[in-house]
Amino acid sequence: MEEVTSLESQEYFINMGPQHPSTHGVLRLLLSLDGEIIRKVEPHLGYIHRSIERMCEYDSYQQIVHLTDRMDYLSCHINNEAVCLGVEMGLEVEVPERVKVIRTIISELNRISSHQLWWGVMGMDLGAITSFLYGFRDREMITDIFEETCGARLTMNYNIPGGLMFDIHPNFQKRTKEFVEHFKKTLPEYDDLLSNNVIFRERTVGVGKISKEDAISFGCTGPTGRASGFSCDVRKHDPYSAYPQVDFKEILAEEGDCFARYKCRIDEMWESLSIIEQLIDNIPEGDYKVQTRAVIKLPAGEYYQKVETARGEFGVYIISNGAKSPYRLKFRSPGFSNLSALNKMAVGGKIADLVAIMSTIDLVIPDIDR
Amino acid sequence: MKEIIQYFKDIAFGIKSLIKGMRVTGHYISRPSKIITQQYPENKETLQMFDRFRGEVVMPHDENNEHMCTGCSACEVVCPNGTIEIISKRVEMEDGKKQKIIDKFVYHLQMCTMCGLCIPACPTDAIVMSNDFEHAVFDRSQLTKILNKPGSKIMPGIK
Ligand code: SF4
Ligand code: SF4
Repeated sequence: MEEVTSLESQEYFINMGPQHPSTHGVLRLLLSLDGEIIRKVEPHLGYIHRSIERMCEYDSYQQIVHLTDRMDYLSCHINNEAVCLGVEMGLEVEVPERVKVIRTIISELNRISSHQLWWGVMGMDLGAITSFLYGFRDREMITDIFEETCGARLTMNYNIPGGLMFDIHPNFQKRTKEFVEHFKKTLPEYDDLLSNNVIFRERTVGVGKISKEDAISFGCTGPTGRASGFSCDVRKHDPYSAYPQVDFKEILAEEGDCFARYKCRIDEMWESLSIIEQLIDNIPEGDYKVQTRAVIKLPAGEYYQKVETARGEFGVYIISNGAKSPYRLKFRSPGFSNLSALNKMAVGGKIADLVAIMSTIDLVIPDIDR
Repeated sequence: MKEIIQYFKDIAFGIKSLIKGMRVTGHYISRPSKIITQQYPENKETLQMFDRFRGEVVMPHDENNEHMCTGCSACEVVCPNGTIEIISKRVEMEDGKKQKIIDKFVYHLQMCTMCGLCIPACPTDAIVMSNDFEHAVFDRSQLTKILNKPGSKIMPGIK
């Protein structure tokens, strides 16, 4: 009988997901492991594919807007805005100043609420349930604002091509100011609870590094790219709506690890608060929409509009042949590109690091799998 | 030597950070008035929804059992997913003319995405969104609703 002399380990595979709580949805990762060390991560997609792009080819331009709610549901208002801006670009209509300012305020509220949820869930992924409850406590104020003005808490569908579905609620400004005041007091608590926590730091500092060159070549955008030093904020580089008039910093970091991505998002919340403060008292009077035709037909041609969602650059590419639905419509979703960098970040780390990395990329699966 | 000092520094930082976190928790434990949790099924009587909240599509009727829907199908066309089905019929009016009126306004609640597009599309404001959000039923067929009440008529004067 041959004697086994070697204690060398063997590569083996396990599935993480599609029903794993830390994948935040139905994402299946095929991990190739050597002991607990990750050798390769292969994402398998398709569990919630709804063929949204195909559906768009049969829908009118007004109907397309509400489908984008169902992609990145945490930045649904910003997604809606991308489609509306694209259609407005094709129709060559200029929306009133009032619409631009309101869209920007709600986009920033949306970004904060998305980051709050991410912060809570990130803590929970790393084993701290407390942060989840704190994140949701503050997010509740924003969802109330949305519910009052837009009529829904999550899938708001408040933008329409040409403006907004209805004017802001009379309470909107008051409530938003209350929220800004409240959140300025509670955001430092986030640092006390998580950012400065020793266990949290041990699990994030230096974990899941990605260099600036890699981040660019994988197409990482949003806080994921900016944490590696890749300046990619669409609000700065290609401003739309009311962003040209506001003063804000693009948050950049150099390290490219989990903690840098975490810090970028926390700092972005401060910037969003300052944008809201600059605009909330200066909402110009005027109409809340320009009348468009009941059946919108874009002139034949190609239109691309990009916006900055909470996760990165979201693009809508419309090819129109002059009919009432697009000939082809392509979404460039930030989650998909950011996910592609996961393998690069995770190789060589442990499984527990992978959970931290996935949290800091802030994946929303319906955004990846359209 | 340096490592040893660093080691103790790390421990001190760790303990300090944990105490900081516990202080936030302690702050809220000792102030129950700051808790914002709503006790949902218990507060059903007092629960106030925002008036714009989109719960489901309803068709208001007045006291004479009259609605404002002409059966023009504008809402059916604008709906992205076939939630609304208008079944109309032709009837003879008193003056002998034939007119198309609505027979059934079928609303498939299970397909509705609450996008709200149908409400502004209606030229006569015959449908509105209600605030009711408790839609759970035991059988799917209960979700298909006929919105115009039996025996209802169109309000006079609505064209
Ligand atoms: S809310 Fe939207 S999905 Fe629902 S019936 Fe109206 S148009 Fe259709
Ligand atoms: S509800 Fe309004 S839009 Fe729909 S069929 Fe009746 S009148 Fe027309």
